[in-house]
Amino acid sequence: MARVTEYIKASIPYLILIAITTPIVLMYIMLFVASFSRTVYGLVPDQITISNWNFLLTGYIQAPGTGQVEAGRYPNIYIVTFNTFLLALTVATLEVVFSSLAAYAISRYNFKGRNLFLTTTLILHSFPSITLLIAVFYVLNILGLFDTLIGVILVKVALELPLGIWIMKGFYDGIPWDMEMSALVDGCTRLQTWWKVIMPNVKGGIASTMIFAFLSGWAEYIFILTFIVSQQNWTLSMLVASMIGEWRFVDYGQLAAVSFFYMLPVVIFFLFFQKYLLRMTIASKGPI
Amino acid sequence: MPLGFKRIKIPYLYIFISPAVILIATFFIMPVILTLLISFTGMDYKLQWNWIGLGNYYRMLRDRWAQLIMRNTIFYVIATLVCFNVGMALVISILTTHIHDKTGAAFRAAWLLPRITPSTVYIVIWNWALAPYPYGLFNWVLHTLGFSEVSFQKFNLKPIHPFIPLPWVWLWVILVNGFIGASFGMIIFTAAIKAIPMDYINAAKVDGASTLQTIRYVILPMIKWPILFVTAYQTLSLLTSYEQILLFTDGGPGYMTEVWALYSFHKAFAEYAGAFEFGYGAALAVVLVVIGLIASVAYYKVFRFRELMLESKIEVT
Repeated sequence: MARVTEYIKASIPYLILIAITTPIVLMYIMLFVASFSRTVYGLVPDQITISNWNFLLTGYIQAPGTGQVEAGRYPNIYIVTFNTFLLALTVATLEVVFSSLAAYAISRYNFKGRNLFLTTTLILHSFPSITLLIAVFYVLNILGLFDTLIGVILVKVALELPLGIWIMKGFYDGIPWDMEMSALVDGCTRLQTWWKVIMPNVKGGIASTMIFAFLSGWAEYIFILTFIVSQQNWTLSMLVASMIGEWRFVDYGQLAAVSFFYMLPVVIFFLFFQKYLLRMTIASKGPI
Repeated sequence: MPLGFKRIKIPYLYIFISPAVILIATFFIMPVILTLLISFTGMDYKLQWNWIGLGNYYRMLRDRWAQLIMRNTIFYVIATLVCFNVGMALVISILTTHIHDKTGAAFRAAWLLPRITPSTVYIVIWNWALAPYPYGLFNWVLHTLGFSEVSFQKFNLKPIHPFIPLPWVWLWVILVNGFIGASFGMIIFTAAIKAIPMDYINAAKVDGASTLQTIRYVILPMIKWPILFVTAYQTLSLLTSYEQILLFTDGGPGYMTEVWALYSFHKAFAEYAGAFEFGYGAALAVVLVVIGLIASVAYYKVFRFRELMLESKIEVT
């Protein structure tokens, strides 16, 4: 009898965890199932089909109820995907390069304004992007970067740099000075030392920052919504959002397929690079 | 140090920090200053600087929606924080550290999914889950389990229980945000719990403490600081979060689920009439900034961020 009580006791944590986690898992399974079925009732597909994925062949998504009219088409899916990829990759690259350069200087040099720089970046972190949207809109207009992906990229990199610098600084601080010293003594310049000696030692940190910046750029919605007007500059977030906008008339199977298509990189990173994601979530500036 | 070394130091310093400095100055510091300035103007889509002094702030005091929205915001922040960002995060991290390690990690991984899912897709999933029977997941599950008379709707304004005057729509808003929010605290608490020396927990067990007592008297006191940190940090994050609400309910129905950050966004960029009120939108944003700054100063004192800024440990001259 005592044995049974033990078993019941041991299973309580599992039961609670299953109860609270199941909704999340079911919701993602539902999206996956729906993308391959004509209609889905809860988790039960009505008729398995791959026709929802036709947009990958034709290249465009026809808004429901518009027949085959060209005006009723969303922008070409490959252009939109390319934009999203370009945005995410550029944001990630610039963020990693700029933040690792700046953090190196902060970790290794003692210059005038160093503390000012650190304090400023820290204070800036308490200015969330919502408070700056209007002013950024103004700046982009003045610079002629409104409605360009470059504008969105620069804004996004700038807003995420302060945090990136702090994270990279943490990585550099953990590297002993002796390693660089020997490189400098052997005649390397500062830039060479940074590239050849230091960078290989912070690979893990760079990978985390890069993956996280990539996913954050990949998912970006608000900046696209606010700073992009032309459909040829759309990203997948805009495409999905405008499909939700027509919720009542939407082709649900197709919406599920597009959503799942949009989630693919996330799924890949989730399955294969989880340790980096866990490390970086703590640093996420994310909404919540 | 040889003199030559000192001479080449400065240009390299510029190479290292100028890209970051230029970007941050243009797209971060300048907007911070501009936001403050714009909040004293009646700027609209023509982007002209017609100064109106404190006009926007007076208007805010008279704005009959602002009060409701401030109440919404406070409720939203506290409810989500208590139930999910701290509450659920604690539950998950305590439970997953008490079971088989790999299994625990799998549960935590599942909770990470909502955070890394693009917000638009995340909302598609939620809309779908809440769709009517037989399509929506939740209603389908209810029916399958035999609760055929109950049904969930996204914009249900009825209270969730006769004794709890919270409309269903608010419950969904909190769940949508909370499922993302829980993972931050979860990761921090898990790390903190794993760092507790086993001796303490074993000692409590030897003394005859039950699992609940161990949690209450050993684990919770030992992760007091992480809890405080997550509470402080996430209050700010929640205060300024609006993207999910924008996509999920758009503040509706009416202004029922509108929060302060979303109101600022709506005033400045919404598509309906009366939009492009950049001046008023900026003033609303400034309120958030002021709250954020006060809170940051407080955290700075509490968590001694100054320690993070110790001199660089290698002096190079």
